[in-house]
Amino acid sequence: MGAGALFFAVFVACAVEAVEATTIVLAAGTARDWRSANAGLLAAVGLLAVITAALGPAVSALPLQALRLFVGALLLVFGLQWLRKAILRASGHKALHDEDAIYQAQVSAAKSEPARRAGLVPDLYGFTLAFKGVLLEGLEVVFIALTFGGNAHQIPLAALAAVCAVVVVAAAGVALKAPLARVPENTMKFAVGVMLTAFGTFWGAEGAGVRWPGSDSALLVIVPAILVFAMTLVALLRKVPPASAGQAAPAVAEVR
Amino acid sequence: MRGSVRAFGAFVYDFIIGDDWWVAAGVAAGLAATYLLAHAAHVGAWWLIPVLLIALLPLSLWRAVRRG
Repeated sequence: MGAGALFFAVFVACAVEAVEATTIVLAAGTARDWRSANAGLLAAVGLLAVITAALGPAVSALPLQALRLFVGALLLVFGLQWLRKAILRASGHKALHDEDAIYQAQVSAAKSEPARRAGLVPDLYGFTLAFKGVLLEGLEVVFIALTFGGNAHQIPLAALAAVCAVVVVAAAGVALKAPLARVPENTMKFAVGVMLTAFGTFWGAEGAGVRWPGSDSALLVIVPAILVFAMTLVALLRKVPPASAGQAAPAVAEVR
Repeated sequence: MRGSVRAFGAFVYDFIIGDDWWVAAGVAAGLAATYLLAHAAHVGAWWLIPVLLIALLPLSLWRAVRRG
């Protein structure tokens, strides 16, 4: 796998997660208290650093064959779940991921809770909201960087791509002080679903002991084949009427 | 304590398995079959996972659409 392809794949996948984390932190800071939201953000980043420091060497130490089987299986499961949601959204069977709507719903929910001080944190609700959001989305960033980087034996490059994605998205969020609603998140999720499924297919099968015809260049066939298959499924599902009329409403409850 | 363990289990399940356990089960079965074919029967079944995807993804979508 080329360095450019690895960087691009990790960057896009991590950027999607960073957009969601940014929305949650902005909602916590705006509706509650910026000091508490920033404390939650820093606490989550600290915990993520510890998790990364613990998992990084462990991933590097695993035999490549076992690593590829394990990581391939996880990437396939993750990728298929992403792709499934993306196809349902693109075909009108699931509400589009709307950062504006999610942000408004979270701000509204956060405003209804009474403030409660805990130690140095002025508002426990704002702290917890930011902490949980950053930790959950951050775990996916760590997972993507470690698995892609570990498999390609380029963990530093994958980590750099992940950090760049988070910094770019966070800087945009800070500059705008608003959810990044103009990021084509649904399209990006479709692309990430295709990439995760393709790399999961490739590494999973290699880890299980088979050799792909054409070796690494098989990915040049697998990625477009999965993309075409997914787009065909979108076209077919568009002809199927949704089970209920309420599905076109924005997805305000779903953060993932 | 029991509540925390249950919450952690629910988080792990949601994080890894997600909305449709058929996907995770299908992937596990497909990779196990690929491994067995490669090591027990010495068959390089690189085509098995792509074939599995062609069946599994529409099946999972159909289950989701039917559930509404």
